[in-house]
Amino acid sequence: MELIKNVPCPFCGTLCDDIICKVENNEIVGTMNACRIGHSKFMHHKDATLYKKPMIRKANGELVEVEIDEAIEKAVEILVNAKRPILYGWSSVSCEADEVGVELAEELKALIDNTATVCHGPSLLAVHDTGYPVCTLGEVKNRADVIIYWACNPMHAHPRHMSRHYFSRGYFRERGRPDRTLIVVDPRESDTAKLADIHLQVEPGKDYELLDAIRAAMKGHKILYENVAGVPRDLIYQAVELLKSAQFGNLFFGMGITQTSAKNRNIDAGICAIEELNEYGGKFTLIPMRGHYNVNGFNHVCTWTTGYPFCVDFATGYPRYNPGETGTNDLLQNKEADAMFVIGADPGAHFPQRALQRMVEIPVIAIEPHRTPTTELADIIIPPAQIGISSEGTAYRMDGVCFTMKKIIDSDLLSDKEILKRMLERVKEIHASESKMESVKEVTSPAK
Amino acid sequence: MIKGTGDMMSKIILTPKEQPQVPLEVDTILPDTLAGKTIDEIKSMNILYGNTEVELQEFFDVEGESGEDPSELQIEFNGDVYNTKRIGQGMTTGEIVVKGNASMYVGAKMKGGKITVEGDVAGWAGQNMQGGEIVVMGNAGDYLGSAYRGDWRGMSGGKITVHGNAGREIAEYMLGGKIHIIGNVKMLPGIHMNGGILIIDGNVISRTGGEMKGGTIIVNGRIGEFLPGFEYLGVRKDIDVDGEVMQGLFYKFRGDFATKGADGVVYTATAKNAHIVP
Repeated sequence: MELIKNVPCPFCGTLCDDIICKVENNEIVGTMNACRIGHSKFMHHKDATLYKKPMIRKANGELVEVEIDEAIEKAVEILVNAKRPILYGWSSVSCEADEVGVELAEELKALIDNTATVCHGPSLLAVHDTGYPVCTLGEVKNRADVIIYWACNPMHAHPRHMSRHYFSRGYFRERGRPDRTLIVVDPRESDTAKLADIHLQVEPGKDYELLDAIRAAMKGHKILYENVAGVPRDLIYQAVELLKSAQFGNLFFGMGITQTSAKNRNIDAGICAIEELNEYGGKFTLIPMRGHYNVNGFNHVCTWTTGYPFCVDFATGYPRYNPGETGTNDLLQNKEADAMFVIGADPGAHFPQRALQRMVEIPVIAIEPHRTPTTELADIIIPPAQIGISSEGTAYRMDGVCFTMKKIIDSDLLSDKEILKRMLERVKEIHASESKMESVKEVTSPAK
Repeated sequence: MIKGTGDMMSKIILTPKEQPQVPLEVDTILPDTLAGKTIDEIKSMNILYGNTEVELQEFFDVEGESGEDPSELQIEFNGDVYNTKRIGQGMTTGEIVVKGNASMYVGAKMKGGKITVEGDVAGWAGQNMQGGEIVVMGNAGDYLGSAYRGDWRGMSGGKITVHGNAGREIAEYMLGGKIHIIGNVKMLPGIHMNGGILIIDGNVISRTGGEMKGGTIIVNGRIGEFLPGFEYLGVRKDIDVDGEVMQGLFYKFRGDFATKGADGVVYTATAKNAHIVP
């Protein structure tokens, strides 16, 4: 048995890079240091179906195994003929694949979007309005004496997050946990909230009101009401005093605040609060609790290639951007989309019913290693070699630090990037022959 | 000839054939661009259909007569164009009438002229509007009179009147001009508002004037829930709004003190809003 050390885990945005994989006969037989979710990603769940060959759905609904060239040809044919294709996902693949994906979207005049659209998309909208006072997880570990977890439950969703960055000892926080104060904002008494020094039990969907009160109190104004969003005024004053006296504070925030009620305005108010807290002597930063291990990577790649982080519409040939109009869900629910390409995501499991109804009506292509609710809706399934397990690539952690994902075992399958490259080449060939045909037509047809 | 009387104007009638599922974009079809063109030239003007450019006549029957002067030209969308975006985007003069519903961005970046929509409009109508007038006889969607994503300078002039209801985040980052909603409004009207006037005759769900720094919001209906960052200033009678007197009793609030240097004003009719006074 071989032990492979310092493996980054291709599951959540914490991107733990200290996993040890036990490998025997080109199979991962065990892991060390990983959380249970990360462990099962390396090991594969007992009843999970892992596809070995590309498949195309026949008219009777049956999936038939085909060669990779045939699957790619069919997928390209669907996308080239679509008037409003969507390329969605991009969060569980490498940045290198994302880069080819953006080029493919441009060539197809398609819409490209990642899972942020149902996750931290509102945070990105708020960043446009207010900025992004971010730091690295290492700084939190070494410096932070006040940590806020707002509307997230890392004990369950990012299981090693707290042990690596909150309980752990840091350079300036030699004792670890006893040197830090924990504030948790959550409507429920979650397992994270149970650890809190101050738990602000906000009413569901009232985060905006609470942030408004915190920001007004920070500036010395009296809060208008005795009770804001279920939290007594005096407790808010107490929390504000604690925040103002912090040496280094960090806000971690999750989807309980990005996807409820005021959405991007919650984050807008949150970011402004963090920026303003820097005026009282301490340093304050924030880090969004990103879900997929490389959801952040796509946003980076898309921003430096198109200027926008997600929801980029190439219909006119140049990038346009307006979440609410150019989001995957907007296109599906408005029944605009006429073909969908999914990679590194599972919209079948996470999208609302009306979006799924449209996915049933239109051709869906899935680049997906496992059987998932998305592949149940897919007409073409192409399994890739998984990044971080059977192929290499770059991924960005939730704080924007990038890691090289390791190849642990060999696979006969093509990587996501290779599949996309072949598709892109084929699309370019088709477009070149079309424009040739058109120029021939222009020469041979009589003048108007 | 008297300007803007309607009957003296030359008129182009665009009758929609069938609205496709993939939306159309008609920001090229404005009084500014149609003036001086023949009907045949207009028929072959390009509009966007999904990711493809097509001729206007593929989706619209074109009739009428164009004139040389765009300010004397009226374009009529003679039917329901619920899946046609960017009607009147960037127009500077003339008139557009829509005899049905319209999709997103009606009158976005508009500088002058008048748009009347007899049905509903979808989101972002009057986005970054600088002048002119938009009248919506039905309902309006979200982000009416708002700013482009990330822009902190929203609607700066002109007037928008909505006879029905409006959606969320209307008058976002508004700087100037006037918006009047006769029906109800969802949450966050006047978010980040820095100037201008927003009048809502109906009810507001919550978060009126969130993070506002300037401008005036008047709510004649009921505000479901109010923000804690405002300061209560008492009752005022017959308020003066931009030279016009609005009669009645109003609670006056100033804020939103969540933001630095806040000096926005919210008036709410006393009749239905006793519950938001501390």
